[in-house]
Amino acid sequence: MTVRMGGGGWVSVCTKKQLIPERGVAVLVKDQQVALFRVTNAEGEEFVYAVGHRDPFADANVIARGIVGSVGQGEDQRDTVASPMYKHVFDLRTGECLTDPSGRLPVYRTWIAGGVVYVHPEPVDVPALVAS
Amino acid sequence: MSQKLTVVGGGMVAHRLIEALLDRDTEQAWQIDLFCEEPVAPYDRVALTSYFSGNSPEDLLLGDADLAADPRVTVHLGGTVTALDTEARTVSTAAGVHGFDALVLATGSSAFVPPVAGSDLPGAFVYRTVQDVQDLEAWVLARQGRPLTGVVVGGGLLGLEAAGALHGLGVRATVVEFADRLMPLQVDEGGGAALRRIIEGLGVEVRTSAASAALHAGAGGEVAAMELADGTKIEADVVVFATGVRPRDELAREAGLVIGERGGVVVDDGCATVVPEVYAVGEVACIQGRTWGLVGPGNTMAEVVVDRLLGGEATFPGADTSTKLKLLGVDVASFGDAFAETPGALEVVYADPVAGVYKKLVVSDDAKTLLGGILVGDASSYASLRPMLGAELGSDPNAWLLPEGSGAPVTGQLPDAATVCSCNNVTAGTIRCAVTDEGCTDLGAVKACTKAGTSCGSCLPLVKNLVNTELEKSGVEVSNALCEHFAFSRAQLFDIVSVTGLRNFSEIIASHGTGRGCDICRPVVASILASLGTGHVLDKDQARLQDTNDHVMANLQKDGTYSVVPRVPAGEITPEGLIAIGQVAHDFGLYTKITGGQRIDLFGARLEQLPAIWKRLVDAGFESGHAYGKSLRTVKSCVGSTWCRYGVQDSVGMAVELELRYRGLRAPHKLKLGVSGCARECAEARGKDVGVIATDNGWNLYVGGNGGFTPRHAVLFAEDLDTETLVRTIDRFLMYYVRTADRLQRTAPWVEAHGIEAIREVILEDSLGICADLDAAMAAHVGSYCDEWAATLADPDKLAQFVSFVNDPEASDPDLAYVEERGQRRPATASERTLIAGPTLEVRA
Repeated sequence: MTVRMGGGGWVSVCTKKQLIPERGVAVLVKDQQVALFRVTNAEGEEFVYAVGHRDPFADANVIARGIVGSVGQGEDQRDTVASPMYKHVFDLRTGECLTDPSGRLPVYRTWIAGGVVYVHPEPVDVPALVAS
Repeated sequence: MSQKLTVVGGGMVAHRLIEALLDRDTEQAWQIDLFCEEPVAPYDRVALTSYFSGNSPEDLLLGDADLAADPRVTVHLGGTVTALDTEARTVSTAAGVHGFDALVLATGSSAFVPPVAGSDLPGAFVYRTVQDVQDLEAWVLARQGRPLTGVVVGGGLLGLEAAGALHGLGVRATVVEFADRLMPLQVDEGGGAALRRIIEGLGVEVRTSAASAALHAGAGGEVAAMELADGTKIEADVVVFATGVRPRDELAREAGLVIGERGGVVVDDGCATVVPEVYAVGEVACIQGRTWGLVGPGNTMAEVVVDRLLGGEATFPGADTSTKLKLLGVDVASFGDAFAETPGALEVVYADPVAGVYKKLVVSDDAKTLLGGILVGDASSYASLRPMLGAELGSDPNAWLLPEGSGAPVTGQLPDAATVCSCNNVTAGTIRCAVTDEGCTDLGAVKACTKAGTSCGSCLPLVKNLVNTELEKSGVEVSNALCEHFAFSRAQLFDIVSVTGLRNFSEIIASHGTGRGCDICRPVVASILASLGTGHVLDKDQARLQDTNDHVMANLQKDGTYSVVPRVPAGEITPEGLIAIGQVAHDFGLYTKITGGQRIDLFGARLEQLPAIWKRLVDAGFESGHAYGKSLRTVKSCVGSTWCRYGVQDSVGMAVELELRYRGLRAPHKLKLGVSGCARECAEARGKDVGVIATDNGWNLYVGGNGGFTPRHAVLFAEDLDTETLVRTIDRFLMYYVRTADRLQRTAPWVEAHGIEAIREVILEDSLGICADLDAAMAAHVGSYCDEWAATLADPDKLAQFVSFVNDPEASDPDLAYVEERGQRRPATASERTLIAGPTLEVRA
């Protein structure tokens, strides 16, 4: 399924160079605090995850300062970030918390072009994302 | 049922795209609508100037067959697209609305005319389309019969073509260029000078460093003269502007697509815009942050889109500005890093003003690798040089420049057949085999096995590199997993990193682990690398491994702000030091508290404030206290014999010496030391990892104590040591612990696991023969220590991360809120936060 969307609404937030590989940064996207993570997958493709910057368990805006990692291997590998506050581990693609399902992060779409990172301020519908 | 592709713009790139799609779309999946603004089918714009040498507009048309002849293509000549609706997926023209499944914007560029008075006078032209050159020709032909003069504004590629065209029409032309030389984007000063001499020799006048100010009309209202910024007037019956192009991105702009800062439709590496199935190619596309005014990259983009339309995943591989052309009969070529912008690049120049030749090669700092070049007047070696970009020239670069230039073979990127050691004729493949098949595990073994590097030795760095690369590909597999990514204990991993010499995480995990790592193994590797003295904790890829505390060199607190602890060795501090810390806390509104380690903790510092706070502290003579690290924290002391009636040794002096010696030492867990000046033990040294208690004869050393969740008293390790022996023994104890303890294992459980007697044998009797190594490692640590915060303040790259939001570096987290309590501020609780709108205290930044 292709998600149909217009070209409008995208916010340019920073350059790709400002993203240290596998180290998060926070950006303001229309008053929302969003954490961005630049990672490269096993095939060498580079992309940028965007999730909420607020740790729902700590009630503090710190997710971008977490450590990037992975859980599982091969096809099942999921990219993660561990909150620096109480070390809750979140799936960067879906925002799910893998260590305590009672909390989750909103997930945003990103688009990189010309070395510029764009974020769409409307959070993604996660059930649809998980199903795809 | 085929899908509908709409192509907007009928230039060369659009033509290439359609031709390639027709060719490769064997299942006839696509039906194509091509909208051309110009009333002619796509033609060869690059060869526009050949119109003046007899090529008719029909001759310029692209392709063997008319695109319109293919039943899959509908060409709408003169069909200017006026609107694009990405939601409804339609384009509008004067003739109606057309739906599409996929759209390619190939609208190209328009000629840019600078805002010069009179630029719209009759007789002023641009040089972009067939219509432009036809108009220019008609204008000149209508005025023939008297000597005509013309001005071309712009001395770039197109400007020189236009000058050539005017020259061919019998017009005496002057080229006016704003830069200090012709073709400033392609050639350097020397090349520009050579080019100028040749062109002036043909009768074309050249003015560089000249700006056009205005066009003046004659009696008939037509252009008659051009005035330069310096007041000079040049008579001109015709003026051609060749001052660059601007992307035709207005359609995309109105449709809400993302537009680059300097124009152009921003696309990703697959040439896709932000809207699915809407692409942009050619000069209108802003790809990888720039637009391309060359047809080569445009054609590459066309191929990428065709691949994508047919289900592929091609990406734009980048392009370079290499060009070779013949202008007015003059060969000009420019390729690679023509301006020697690579750090350390060398330039090798050959110039023969008499023959009108200028050649330059740009080579790497060792004069071996070709990085780029400029050829003016004789570009015959371009074909052989251009493919060698990035490769070793294999001979003296001069050989390529001399008129009879003899080309030596390329040595290449070390294929197996490449000769590495020419003395003994050993190839790269032989060296690799020595590691993989013969079992050689170090450089010495490889030398013995292959004889490589055993004569002159100049190839040894290369041999070592090859050996290491092969060794890094192998690795030892043991169990005792640190986490799901590493099947090793911390101690095993320490040995692996130490022995292999691997110094970055991606190599370590690629060769010895799985996945991407996690918040357990990453800080462990960071700690191991730090213990091995690999430089600043934020250097290279270490930054990504650090816990936030080590990453920003401060301690994360519950609201996301940090606390700051300057080092106060042994708890000894001057009044001036106290005042300086107090002033910083006051100015930044920080909550202050005395720690258990005899120093001062400053709370509530925001991420973006840390550098400013540390600038003040460093200026006042303070350095990092490493309160954030798994490393030496403090050496606590009592006041000792200098003041105390009962003291028998200078405990403060000893504590200062130890703290300065071990500061910055990264360990499996935090380390705390204590020094008491007598047996009364006021410094609580036996509650520390290393405790020192003064005796009448020297010092007693205790190890393995801690407070916390499982308090332990340190046990006596050695008695009545003199200062030198004491320090050496602590050196060895700490370094042995650093190397062999598990992750987050403090000294108490480590001593328990190894046995105090066994540790005594290792450290006091050198039972393992490693004491010299431990001593050397500690000496290296002591010798290489530098303050992490001072180093960070001196490094703009490291400072860049100290912002709460990268897209608003001045902003602070708007959710932070404080209330005042006992004369200081503290974070508001959740219930307090609902009552207050923002910070209650004015905080000076």
